Amino acid sequence: MTELLLKVVTQNGLITAFAVVGLITVLATTLSARLTAGRVHASAIAIVIGLVLAYYGGRATGGSKGVADWTMLSGISLMGGAMLRDFTIVATAFEVDPRHLRQAGLLGAVSLLLGTIVPFVVGVAVARCFGYTDPVVLTTIGAGAVTYIVGPVTGAALGASSDILALSVSAGLVKAILVMVGTPLAARALHLSTPRSAMVFGGLAGTVSGVTAGLAATDRRLVPYGAIVATFHTGIGCLLCPSVFFLIVRAWMS
Amino acid sequence: MIYGTAILAACYLVGLTLGELLGAWMGIKANVGGVGLAMLLLLIARWVLRRRDADKPLLSGVQFWGGMYIPVVVATALQLDVHKALGAGFVALLAAVITVLACGLLVRWINRHEPVLAPAPPEGSNVHD
Repeated sequence: MTELLLKVVTQNGLITAFAVVGLITVLATTLSARLTAGRVHASAIAIVIGLVLAYYGGRATGGSKGVADWTMLSGISLMGGAMLRDFTIVATAFEVDPRHLRQAGLLGAVSLLLGTIVPFVVGVAVARCFGYTDPVVLTTIGAGAVTYIVGPVTGAALGASSDILALSVSAGLVKAILVMVGTPLAARALHLSTPRSAMVFGGLAGTVSGVTAGLAATDRRLVPYGAIVATFHTGIGCLLCPSVFFLIVRAWMS
Repeated sequence: MIYGTAILAACYLVGLTLGELLGAWMGIKANVGGVGLAMLLLLIARWVLRRRDADKPLLSGVQFWGGMYIPVVVATALQLDVHKALGAGFVALLAAVITVLACGLLVRWINRHEPVLAPAPPEGSNVHD
């Protein structure tokens, strides 16, 4: 019986993923209402539960895909992968008011540029303080602080070694996790209340998954505004880091 | 249901293709803003159809996927390599923490004139978690 059930669950990975996420949401909604009287958003709790489970999944299996390394839960990587994530982000645009986009478009673009420069400078500075002097290594770690996609793309383009690539991905991943968990807590301090403020946030915080999860857990209506800016982040980072930024770092180190 | 999903899929595919083209044109190995372009296309599609009063059959299909967004993000969290990220070494942790703090302060500064609390939800919007 157990065997049969396991077989069905494993062979229908995506459907299993829907059920598992549904269960986590029920748990998160209950915790939100009972323990915090609704003050902490159920989605914030669900995301934290997800991250904690992913931590244990990674520790138990030694794999790199959180709980998705358990064969039974492999469908989670399809449900949470880039395809469905981006597809559902696009769907949220249906509720966007174009007037807000026009009003804050330029501000969003400025934030986007700042959101690429500031993390890069911080990443390079931290790596330099830890004794790294190779411009390839410095640039790769700096790019990782932009997003966890920009880091490995830049590192691969410059020919960085795989341990540096891993370090760079980790910097971006820790950033995404901090943004996911920290945004709802810091929403008041960040004045995160209007489409305009969400676009500034999307540009500066970068990391699409961090921004959109953080906004979802703060105020669902702000998600598309943050997302529409943040989705340009990876492209701009991949454009600037291995080219202009690398040349600047190399000139600085020589 | 299928009309909304299909329009969404069309915008998604065209947007991502444009993003790839933009990336290739700039000579980089990445999709430049494909998702953002897809979002703009969806907005344009809705505007065009609404003018002809033909956007009603799309609503349920698009809103379903928009509503699936948060469950999908929970699944994203479930499959991140959190264990390795947190154990990767102090450089990565410190770079991330300082980056987040610096960007947070900048967001706060730029948004200093925005209200602290969100305005009341507009009539008829579907606010749910």
